[in-house]
Amino acid sequence: MISYLDHAATTPMRDEALEAMMPYLYSYYGNPSGSHSVSRQARDAIEDARQRISVHLGCDPGEVVFTAGGTESDNLAIMGVAKARSGRVLCSAFEHRGVLAPCGEVGATLINVDHDGLLDIGHLQSLLDREVSLVSVMLVNNEVGTVQPIDEIARLVKASVPQAVLHTDAVQAAAWMDIASVTEEVDMISVSAHKVGGPKGVGALMIRDGTPYTPLLRGGSHERSRRPGTHNVASIVGMAAAFDAAAKEREVERKHIAELRDYFWELLSTIPGIHETAANRSTKAPGVLSAYFDSLDQQDLLMLIDERGVCASGGSACSSGAIQPSHVLIAMGYSAAQARGAVRFSLGHTTTKEEVAYAAEVVGSAVTQLRGN
Amino acid sequence: MKVLVAMSGGVDSSVAAALLLEMGHEVAGVTLRLWGGDSDSGCCSVSDVEDARRVARTIGIVHHVIDDSDLFMDKVVMPYVRAHIDGITPNPCIECNRHIKFGSLLERAHRLGYDAISTGHYARVKRNEDGSYALLRGDDPLKDQSYVLSSLTQGQLRSLLLPIGGMHKGEVRKKAASLGLSTAGKPDSLDVCFINSREGRGNFLAKYADLHEGEIIDSSTGEILGRVDAVELVTPGQRKGLGLSGGRRYALSVDVAARKVIVGSVRQAYEAGLQLRGITWTGDGWEDAYRNGGKLLVQTSAHGRVRNASYRDGLVIYDEPERIVSPGQTVAFYSYDFPAMVLGSGIVDHGIAENEIASVRGLVNTARQ
Repeated sequence: MISYLDHAATTPMRDEALEAMMPYLYSYYGNPSGSHSVSRQARDAIEDARQRISVHLGCDPGEVVFTAGGTESDNLAIMGVAKARSGRVLCSAFEHRGVLAPCGEVGATLINVDHDGLLDIGHLQSLLDREVSLVSVMLVNNEVGTVQPIDEIARLVKASVPQAVLHTDAVQAAAWMDIASVTEEVDMISVSAHKVGGPKGVGALMIRDGTPYTPLLRGGSHERSRRPGTHNVASIVGMAAAFDAAAKEREVERKHIAELRDYFWELLSTIPGIHETAANRSTKAPGVLSAYFDSLDQQDLLMLIDERGVCASGGSACSSGAIQPSHVLIAMGYSAAQARGAVRFSLGHTTTKEEVAYAAEVVGSAVTQLRGN
Repeated sequence: MKVLVAMSGGVDSSVAAALLLEMGHEVAGVTLRLWGGDSDSGCCSVSDVEDARRVARTIGIVHHVIDDSDLFMDKVVMPYVRAHIDGITPNPCIECNRHIKFGSLLERAHRLGYDAISTGHYARVKRNEDGSYALLRGDDPLKDQSYVLSSLTQGQLRSLLLPIGGMHKGEVRKKAASLGLSTAGKPDSLDVCFINSREGRGNFLAKYADLHEGEIIDSSTGEILGRVDAVELVTPGQRKGLGLSGGRRYALSVDVAARKVIVGSVRQAYEAGLQLRGITWTGDGWEDAYRNGGKLLVQTSAHGRVRNASYRDGLVIYDEPERIVSPGQTVAFYSYDFPAMVLGSGIVDHGIAENEIASVRGLVNTARQ
C-alpha cells in the first residue's frame, strides 16, 4: 500500500486539470505569440486561463504573469523589485528557499518568527523604517502550515512605509485559502500549479499595476515583457483548471482534511516521545501535520517508513535528495536535535482515512524498531 | 543477508553493489552527503550522488541519500583543522572511515534492520574458523586499501562485506562495463575530498584558523635560513615548498607555538622508530599476542613501502632507520608471518631519533631480538 502524505511537496493531478491539458499537448500546438489561426487558438486558451486565474488571485487579468513555478515567481518578485528600487529588503526567517535565497543575495534582513510559527509583529515593527523597499512574508508556511496574519502585517507596513512593496508567497496557501481575500492588502503574490492538483513547472506571479519591477529575463514581449518566453500553453491551461477545481471543492476538502488530520494525530499521539510542532490548529491550514520525535533521526524514520510505502518528508530536501535539518524549525526556536527528529506529513485532495491509519501504524512500528536497537 | 552498500558514485562501489546482488543478497544503496562546500571529486558532490543514483537504477536497487555533514564537520573536518594548528598532519580519510562509514553509517544500518554494510574498498574480510574475522590486503597490489581500513575492529569487521577485495582494478572496470554501468570509465578519486585543488590546503585552513609566518632554522647551527608563510602547513619530512636554496634540506620538526621549522640534512631526516597513540587491533587476539612485544610489518602511508619493525606497548622500532613520518599519520600493522593480514593501527605521536634509542632500548630489547 502507498500512503502518500507529502502533498506539500507536490499533489497528484486533478482529473479536471489533466483533461483540460490534453488537447493543448497535441491538437492545439500553436505558438500563442503568432498571428494566424492556429496561434490564436493557443492565445485564446492563455487569455482564458489568465482571466480565470485572476479571479482566484483577486486581481485584474493584466496583473497575472505566468512563470515556470513558485520558485521562479518568488525570484522574479524579490529580484525584480530589488532591481527597480534601492532600499532594504525584509523577509521572514522561515520563508521557502525560493524567497530566502534571492533575499540573501540582496542582503535582506530576516524578521523573527515565534515558537508557534507566526511572524513576530513587534520585530517587524522595529525593522520598518524609511529605507525599507520590500517586505516578503509567506501566507502559509510550507513545513508547519501556519497561516501568517498578512492583513495585520500589511496594515503595519503601509502605515510605517507606504511606498514599500509587500510580497507574499502563497504557494502553500492556494489549496486551502481564498487568496483573493488578501489580495487587496499586498502588491505581489506567488502561486504554483502543482500544489493544488495542477501540473509541475508552471506558476504565476501577481504584480499589482504600478509596482516597481524590472524584468530579469530579456527577450520577447510576452507577459508584457515582465516574463518573456514562449508560453507553456498546456500547463497554463491545466493550472487554471486545477485552481477552478480546487476553489470549487475547497470548503468540502478543508473540512474533510482537517478531520483526517485530527484523526491522524489522535493515532500518532500515542507514540511515545512525539511532539506536534506549531500545535495550535486554529492558526494552521489543514493539510500539514509536522511533529518531531525525541532522540530520533528523521532520516532513519523516513527510510524505514518509505520501505513500507509511507511517503513523508523531513526538512527541506536539497537537490541531491538528502535531508537537512529544517531551517523553519530552527527559526521557530527548536533545537538542532529536535529539528533533526522532525517529520512533515502533509495531506491533500486525494488523502483517505485508510492512508492515514496505515501511516500511523507504520510510523509507530518504525519508531519502536528504531528505539529498540 | 540484508546489506546496505555505501555508494560514492565511483566504479568500485558500483561494482560492489552489483556483485552483492549477484550473490543473492537483499541490497539497498546509500550515498552519504558529507560536505556542502566545493569538492573536486570524492564522496560528496551532487554529481556523484547523481552517478550513484543512476547506477542504483541500472542494477535495480533502492537508493537513499543520507546527510551526515554535521558529524563529518565534527569528527573529520574540525579535527583536521585543529591538528594543523597543533603542527600535526592527520589523515582525514582514516578518521572518516572510523567515525562515519564504519561508525555512524554502520550504526544506522543496524537500526534500520540491515545485517551488514558494504563498500568498494580493495581489501578482504575473512571469517576465521573460530568465528572471528580477519582483515586482509586486497588482491590488487596497486590498489590495496587495507591501510585506510586498518583502524577497524571485530565489531565492525563482523558486519562488513568487501566484495571487490579479491579483484584487480581492470577486472572491476570490465565488470562495470559488462553491466552497462555509467561509472565504468570514471577516474579514481584522489586527495582530501573537502579541499578542492583550486583552493588548496592553505586557503582552506585559513578559513577556519589563523596561520602564522615562521622561521626556518638549521638544526645544527641554529642559523635562520629563511621564512615560511605558514608554519601550520609544514609537514615533518617535507623537502619541497620550503623555499630554501643550496643543499637539500628537510623539515625535521615543526613548533607551531614558537613559529619555528627545524630543518636538517637528508641524513638527519631519518628516525629509528615511532611512538604511537590510539592503538587499535583488528582482532582481540592480537592485543594479547603483542602484550609482551614482537615483530611485525608496518606501513606508514596508503600505498607506502612495508618495513620490518619491532613493536611493544605503542612503540615501533624499525629494523633500519626510516624517513621521518609526520605526527598525526596512521601506521598500519601487518603480520610478520602472514604479510597480507592487518593486525591493527596506531597514530604517530612523535618520532624516536637514533640517538634516543638507548633510552627506549630497555623497553624494546625483547621485541628487537
